[in-house]
This record gives sequence, C-alpha cells and structure tokens, in this order.
Amino acid sequence: MSSSRALYIVDYGAGNLRSVQKAFEHVGVEAVVGCDPRAIANAPGLVLPGVGAFGAAMEQLNSKGLVESLLSRIEAGVPFLGVCLGLQVLFEQSEEDPGVRGFGLVQGDVRALPATVKVPHIGWNQAEVCACSDLFDDIPEGTAFYFVHGYAVVPRSPGDVLAMTDYAGVTFVSAVEADNVVGVQFHPEKSSTMGLRFYRNFARRAGLADRS
Amino acid sequence: MLLKRIIPCLDVDRGRVVKGTNFVDIRDAGDPVELASRYDREGADEVVFLDITASHEKRDTIVELARHCAEELFIPFTIGGGIRSEDDVRALLGAGADKVSLNSAAIKDPGLIAACARRFGSQCVVIAIDAKRVGIPGGGTGSDEGARPLRWEAYLNGGRVATGLDAVEWAAQAVALGAGEILLTSMDRDGTKDGYDLELTRAVAAAVNVPVIASGGAGTLEHLAEVIHSGGADAVLAASIFHYGEYTIREAKEYLAAKGIPVRL
Repeated sequence: MSSSRALYIVDYGAGNLRSVQKAFEHVGVEAVVGCDPRAIANAPGLVLPGVGAFGAAMEQLNSKGLVESLLSRIEAGVPFLGVCLGLQVLFEQSEEDPGVRGFGLVQGDVRALPATVKVPHIGWNQAEVCACSDLFDDIPEGTAFYFVHGYAVVPRSPGDVLAMTDYAGVTFVSAVEADNVVGVQFHPEKSSTMGLRFYRNFARRAGLADRS
Repeated sequence: MLLKRIIPCLDVDRGRVVKGTNFVDIRDAGDPVELASRYDREGADEVVFLDITASHEKRDTIVELARHCAEELFIPFTIGGGIRSEDDVRALLGAGADKVSLNSAAIKDPGLIAACARRFGSQCVVIAIDAKRVGIPGGGTGSDEGARPLRWEAYLNGGRVATGLDAVEWAAQAVALGAGEILLTSMDRDGTKDGYDLELTRAVAAAVNVPVIASGGAGTLEHLAEVIHSGGADAVLAASIFHYGEYTIREAKEYLAAKGIPVRL
C-alpha cells in the first residue's frame, strides 16, 4: 500500500492549525490539515495540535470518530506528535475535566499548575532534555520554547519523560516519549528557529525531511 | 526558568508601521509583516501590532494583517486597536493571532474581558492600559525625583479621552475579570526616550498576578534593564529604538543577559 507523502495534522476544531501547517511547510514538509479517518490511515506521520479544554477536545475527537483511527495507527507504529493539549489528551485523565477519559496511551494524568505560580504559564522557557531523542537533534541544551498552558502532564513512569521545565520553582514535564508517541507541552510553531528545527526532526522521523 | 521577553511594537496605520511621539507626531517606519519577520529572525520573543487609528476608524484590515502575519511569523503575536466585541476577537484569533489586546472597549464594557476569557481563555486576552500621571494637589509634576504622584489615570481611544479610572485599580479589576496579561503604556513617557515609568510599572506589577509588559519611554538598553530589575516588568515593549536601527534585538538581549536578566539568546 502506498503512503501519502504528507504529514497529517488532525483537526478536531481546537484552535488555529494553520500555524502548525505553515511551520512544517517552512521546513520543506508537506502537511495536510483535516479530520478524515481514511487520510489518518494513510499518513506517514500524525500531528495532534490543540488549544482549549481537555473535556471539549475529547468530546470532539470522539464525536468525529478520530480516537479509534488514531489509536490504531499509533499501535501500528506510525510516528505521532501531540502538541500542548495534544500532549495532554494522550494521558488517562485531567483535573481540568474529571471523569473524561483521555487516550490513555501514556500512563499518568494531567494536573493544574499549582497556585504558587502565575497561571497560565505563558512565555519562553527552557526545556531540559533528559533522555536521548532524535527530536532534539541540532537543538542546543537548555533551548527555550514558547509555552501557553495552565495544566501539565504527570507521567507515572519516569521512563516516559523526555524533557523537564522549571517555572518559578515548579518543575513540570514538558515533553514525553513512549515508543513512537511523542508529546510536547510547548508550541514548536511559535518557538522560532528551534521550534522549526524540532518539527523538521519529527518530519525526518516520519521519513519526510531530508537530512541537511 | 521563565525568560524575560523583548517585544517590538509595531503601531500600524492604514497597513503601514508608524510610531508616534506622545501619540501625536508619527513617522512611517515600513511594512508591518516584513518588519515583524525581521524581528523574528533577530530573536524577538513576540510582536505586538497596535492599530492606532482603529478606535475611531473601524476597519477590517487588521484581520487581514493577522492572516498575513500568521503566514510569516513563527513567534507569538498580539493584535490590538479598535477591537470591540467577542466577534472581533474571534475573527482575529481565527485569522491566526495568538492574543488580542483590548483597551477602550474593555473600559467601556468590562464584561467583555470576562466573556472573552471564558470563551477563548485568559492566555489570549491582553488588557492594554494607557496611563497618565495625575498631578498632586498643590503642585508637583510627579517626576521620579520629585513628589510622588497620587495616581495614574487610564485613558481611552489612544490617549484622547480621560476616564477618571485609576490605572492601577483598573489593572487589578481587569485581571480579576480574566485578563491574562497587562500591556502598560506610560503616556507621559511614550515617545520621549526618557525611560519607562518605573513607579507606574512597579505599582501595577504589585497589584496583579499576571505578566506586565512595560511600554512607553525606551530610549536606551539600560532603560530595558531597569524596568525589569526595579519596575518588576515581565516583558519590555519598545518601538522606535528598534525600528530606526538604533539597537538590534540581539544587542538588547546580550545587554540584558550581561546584566543577569534571563533572556532567550
């Protein structure tokens, strides 16, 4: 079966996906935005962006029948990247909407940032990468990325943690990696040169970007 | 560690970047998208576009500007000026703006802040406050060396209309309603290059628990450092020192880093 040569950016009505698409285009990678389960089944790589609330996102994903198609592709080993809320929905549940089940692909849950810090956490902050991953190739240690969020993921297994970030004394997990599934709390599409590099690295993983 | 931000501000009039001195004398400084992309490449952390004429000349061109910017910029950008309703906000966010900045409309209808925060999230609701020192009874101009001013007053419509609102109280109220950030402009300092109003910035930063972007008065790199160090600003906004090539963003960041301020280099 021949695969499409474009990344598929999953649209479930949460936020502006054009900026994510544009960022991939900027690094020479074709990316299509849509919510077609058949396209998901053929894509060499999947990106799940998103801003908004956990419960509303899961409701949209379920009602569009996207959860099953995504899960079956992820189980098949297709490179998958969740961004911001797209990271959070990979977990089992979130304090934001108790009772709503997430994908459950990564064990653990999503919790509100503590009231001791200004919430939402907005701005440029450093990701301290604590595991070896091709996604941070050519990205110097301590590089800052752009964050906008009020909740953070808490993986149960330390082995799933890819990067940590310190925010005014509160340390949270800013990237996870479990086999072919990666999620980042920051927004690569808003993180200038280094964010674009991160997307290029993901596209390479999906076999879509040339080494240069 | 959360880094301090440097934000070039592009005042836009009829699709062109301009910069006013005390909101009156303006000069053309170029194409907004081209200029913003240059700032992105130079290391700006964010860009703010303010349509300075929109409060009294409603126009849809800022939505077009947002769309155009979203195609070219890979850093967050905020659009403000003449935004009146939830629908205006939705149109701008839908066109790709990361945040919107509300000023006059929020003063006229504070409920708009709550409505936008509920619908779109506090993270994209910036409240812009144009503040002017109010002289104390019996004299005193309120310079840093002189008598302390009693208060600052918030102004409407690009600084044309006094509101009687205390700027610090208004900032606190706006945050209580759901504002995610305060863009605080000193009208006394704007365009003067005499430095930010440190007392104003300090007063507002102490009154709110969201980031405060200091604006108005940047003339040297030292001004940027001092409003972060002693004004408590989380971000600094400047226009002319960058537009006219006096300093590059990188020079500004290297200067701040040398002063021990954490920035993205």
